[in-house]
Amino acid sequence: MDLYRQHILDHYKHPHHFGRLPKADISKTLFNSACGDRITMELKLGKDGKTITDIRFSGEGCAISQASASLLTDYVFGMKKTDVMKLQKETVLDMLKTELTPTRIKCALLPLEALQKCILEWEKATVV
Amino acid sequence: MQKHNKDAMIDVSKIKQDFPLFKRKINGKRIVYLDSTASSLKPKKVIDAVNGYYKRYTANVFRSIYKTSEEATAKYEQAREYVADFIHAKNTSEIVFTRNTDESLSLLVYSWLPYHVRQGDVLVTSILEHHANFVPWQQYALKNKCDFRIWNADRNGILSLEAIEKLVSKRTKLFTFTAASNVLGTLPPVKKIIEKVKEMNPLCLTVVDAAQAVPHLPVDVENWGADVVAFSGHKMMAPSGIGVLWAKEQLLEEMPPFLFGGDMIKEVHEKTTVFNDIPHKFEAGTPFIEGAIGLGAAVEYLSALGMRHVREHEKKIVSYALDQLTKIPGLTMYGPADPDIRGGVVAFQMKGIHPHDIAQVLDEDNICIRVGYHCAMPLHEYLAIGPTCRASFYVYNDTKDVDALAEGLKKVKKMFE
Repeated sequence: MDLYRQHILDHYKHPHHFGRLPKADISKTLFNSACGDRITMELKLGKDGKTITDIRFSGEGCAISQASASLLTDYVFGMKKTDVMKLQKETVLDMLKTELTPTRIKCALLPLEALQKCILEWEKATVV
Repeated sequence: MQKHNKDAMIDVSKIKQDFPLFKRKINGKRIVYLDSTASSLKPKKVIDAVNGYYKRYTANVFRSIYKTSEEATAKYEQAREYVADFIHAKNTSEIVFTRNTDESLSLLVYSWLPYHVRQGDVLVTSILEHHANFVPWQQYALKNKCDFRIWNADRNGILSLEAIEKLVSKRTKLFTFTAASNVLGTLPPVKKIIEKVKEMNPLCLTVVDAAQAVPHLPVDVENWGADVVAFSGHKMMAPSGIGVLWAKEQLLEEMPPFLFGGDMIKEVHEKTTVFNDIPHKFEAGTPFIEGAIGLGAAVEYLSALGMRHVREHEKKIVSYALDQLTKIPGLTMYGPADPDIRGGVVAFQMKGIHPHDIAQVLDEDNICIRVGYHCAMPLHEYLAIGPTCRASFYVYNDTKDVDALAEGLKKVKKMFE
């Protein structure tokens, strides 16, 4: 089957940065009611308050959402928050390197959405 | 183990020919449709009926003198008669055409609840419900400070009749439940439940969500003894966007209209309006004429097969499915094991494999199942099982379709192991 390329199955079976992050600076859980995926993103920031120095994701989901989260956490490790906010869906879809149907695109984008919402909400909270 | 002989009364190979979708091949493979609980396929008879309206007598209803308009009105009203006969309603005027089950039930939220349910009153629904028969009551209760109570089931979805005694008191104004669970397949004993509720409080409104019952079982609303019954057309071979609200004549007479506008009136003056008779009082504006005509054709089609035969056939298919799927290691099924109290639905999970991935791999072979919460999140939360896969059967499914599913699931297992 084309959709489940080996690298997707590898990331699904052995996800990177999976688990909880004690004393995370930012944390956010997102839920996709269509398929029942639930994903929590947790971040730790460097002393500059801008750079992602550690990241974990947890939750349950399909192979696509889990592989996407695994790939994404690799990608944003060490990145600036502002750059993460600029990431487009194409970046994630390119990383997955597979053709997805519209329903499955939602699964693939859930981790990015969780990550960006998590940063956005944290910034709102710290400004106030 | 049970023997699964070919049903003498239902010839699936013949029935499959009535459904044009089965002629379609995707990537050279046939379509194995196992999602009729979400929406059913449409037979040529229904498609032709809808087309007939478009091609031969397109016109508005109840308005004009010319022949095609008269024809449209006659067909629209004939569909109402067919539906009334199909569910054994006493009067045709008790059949209100709506958009779907959700709208039929939500109508009560506007036209009945505000006049009968006050702060502190009790509304009861079961844990088996899909959101259509859950959210309207929950939201009304929240807004009006009512006591929204859930009638819980056991792990197989069996509801206890004794529990009704604790749930129903003088303050219980509404008691609603499904006649067939869309996840577990459970078929609650509708008549007995209503008898028990009425015994506890004769004034309590009893509402049956028959979205999964009318398409699959013989239904007799008078025999059930319910006050209100709701169902959708698209799950019983009709177009999507046509639904039915059945309520006793007196109840419909008493209820004020839900939507205002054309057709629902007799006279309109600057200061006053006289509403139309039932059921038209509840059908404001130009209705979904071709949808109702399609529903009439679907009822004719199902009646010709005989609902008893439809039910018997599905019972055989579901017991065959239970036997076959149980052989797959790591697969867990939910719902009653006894096909006598189970409709044609099998919800299941496979250890360590997300339902979405299961459905995606099955789709490679054009095997269509539903995955997720099946519009019944409270039930999934109650059972604490997370999202599930669901295969559902109709009269056009046979044992070969079940075999295709079983083979597909073995393929899934291999891929993710």
